[in-house]
Amino acid sequence: MTLVTESATKIEIKDLDKRFHVRQQEVVALDGLTLDIPTGQFFVIVGPSGCGKTTLLRIIAGLEQPTSGTVTVQADSTDRPINSMIFQGDSVLPWMTVWDNAAYGLHSRGVPAAEVRETVGHFLDKTGLSQFADAYPHQLSGGMRQRVSIARAFANDPEVLLMDEPFSALDEQNKTLLQEELLRVWEENRKTVVYITHSVDEAVTLGDRILVMTARPGRAKAFVDVPFDRPRDVVGLRHAPEYGDMVYEIWGHLRDEVNESQRAARAVQPRRHGLWARLTRNGGSA
Amino acid sequence: MAITGATERPTSRSHVITSADGRRSRVRNANQRDRLLMIGSPLLLLVLWELGTRSGVLDQRFFPAPTAIFAQMLSMIESGELWEHTGASLQRFFLGFWVGVVPALVIGILMGLNRGVRAALTPIVSGTYPIPKSALLPLILLIFGLGEMSKVVMVAIGVFYPVVLNTMSGVLQIQPIHYDVAKNFQASRWRVFRTIALPGAMPSIMTGIELGAGLGLILIALAEMVGAESGLGFMIWNAWELFKVESMYVGIMVIAVIGFVVAMLIREFSRILMPWSNR
Repeated sequence: MTLVTESATKIEIKDLDKRFHVRQQEVVALDGLTLDIPTGQFFVIVGPSGCGKTTLLRIIAGLEQPTSGTVTVQADSTDRPINSMIFQGDSVLPWMTVWDNAAYGLHSRGVPAAEVRETVGHFLDKTGLSQFADAYPHQLSGGMRQRVSIARAFANDPEVLLMDEPFSALDEQNKTLLQEELLRVWEENRKTVVYITHSVDEAVTLGDRILVMTARPGRAKAFVDVPFDRPRDVVGLRHAPEYGDMVYEIWGHLRDEVNESQRAARAVQPRRHGLWARLTRNGGSA
Repeated sequence: MAITGATERPTSRSHVITSADGRRSRVRNANQRDRLLMIGSPLLLLVLWELGTRSGVLDQRFFPAPTAIFAQMLSMIESGELWEHTGASLQRFFLGFWVGVVPALVIGILMGLNRGVRAALTPIVSGTYPIPKSALLPLILLIFGLGEMSKVVMVAIGVFYPVVLNTMSGVLQIQPIHYDVAKNFQASRWRVFRTIALPGAMPSIMTGIELGAGLGLILIALAEMVGAESGLGFMIWNAWELFKVESMYVGIMVIAVIGFVVAMLIREFSRILMPWSNR
């Protein structure tokens, strides 16, 4: 019974395509992506910038529509939200206190006040924010604001948690600290997570399974299973001999893609169409 | 020798403390000096003005002595005349303020939230915005007559434009990520409006209200100069007709004070309304 639920597919992504148009040119962000994420897995997606990983997450979150293909999230309960996102950058609402921010999802769903009090109190405590419950975001550091974002997502008690490079704006020390806290909060009930990052170290530190994506168009290049036990010691892990091997392996998959994405970025540099550009280009022949 | 050595060392150590203390006290002195200058400079101007008129350097017909103006003000307060005019102006201003603010907020928010509404109304709002509101006074008098309504409408027109434009741009400036948060956390339309659009636009809205109130005050004075029997604008105009220059100055000063107090009240209200703002 336990085995069945553990291996059961939580998120099923099938033939997912996403195309959009930029100045009459079609850009393929995702090209026929297919993958299954089992229940309770901490699934990490690494890829070069512009590979469509954020687009993928936003499609899973329902913030964007795919061009074709399907995303199916297996729901265990009808009154639980399908997903909650921890956004990249500053997504905490500046006009609400820490408490109201953390309670945002619960209030939106009309959860009874007593339950809101208990749940929000619990997660503010877990993220070390209890004494800042009445503070406004501008009074907090960037790391503290991102803790609010974590508390908000976890308090909403969703089927799956989506995280879009949540720590990319933080300095190294804060990042390590927040990775530790994130894992500690997550260990409580090990919900299925889809985590986007461009940091190989972060992927190895946090993930059970890592998907390396190709540069645009985004396809699955390789899946790598991370052998480390849970609960993990974020700092101690780096001491393990396999850690370096894992990082090295993933870098092997990623290197070509990063180079490719750099080339692509150079290729789409805006060309000059102005009078001056035309004059200088045809200066000799005309 | 031993005594000098012992006294020397504490002196050098205490020197460090005094320099830090000195910096703090210098800042405090600078603050005190600023405050003194802020009160002192207008007072000095009044004293110079008084001396100027008494010595005959300034023409008393145009620049009556401040003491004469204050005496006039006191007698107008005693007679109740000043209260009557101030009360009339304030009432019109207050009514006109709300008549202007409420539709401006509704239209501004709709323009900010809805692309179609924005496309439809922008040419009308932007097209009529540059018209000097004072140029509309004859038309307003024609439509609404010489009574209270024309004054209220003039104030409302003045308040409307800054509020509608600032409200719209305030809503447009809200970070897309905040809408994403609302959507991801399943906020209803009403909740998106109440928890994202309204507070997100609030700083800009309050700036618009402050600007609008200033413009409304300009227009109430103007409107009362034409075909009114009461109000500060009437009082100033009447003083010109009767060549009671002191009364004219009293009117100008009262309007200045009202403008200052209204701006202070709006700013204080903003602070209460937006405790999250770190401005």
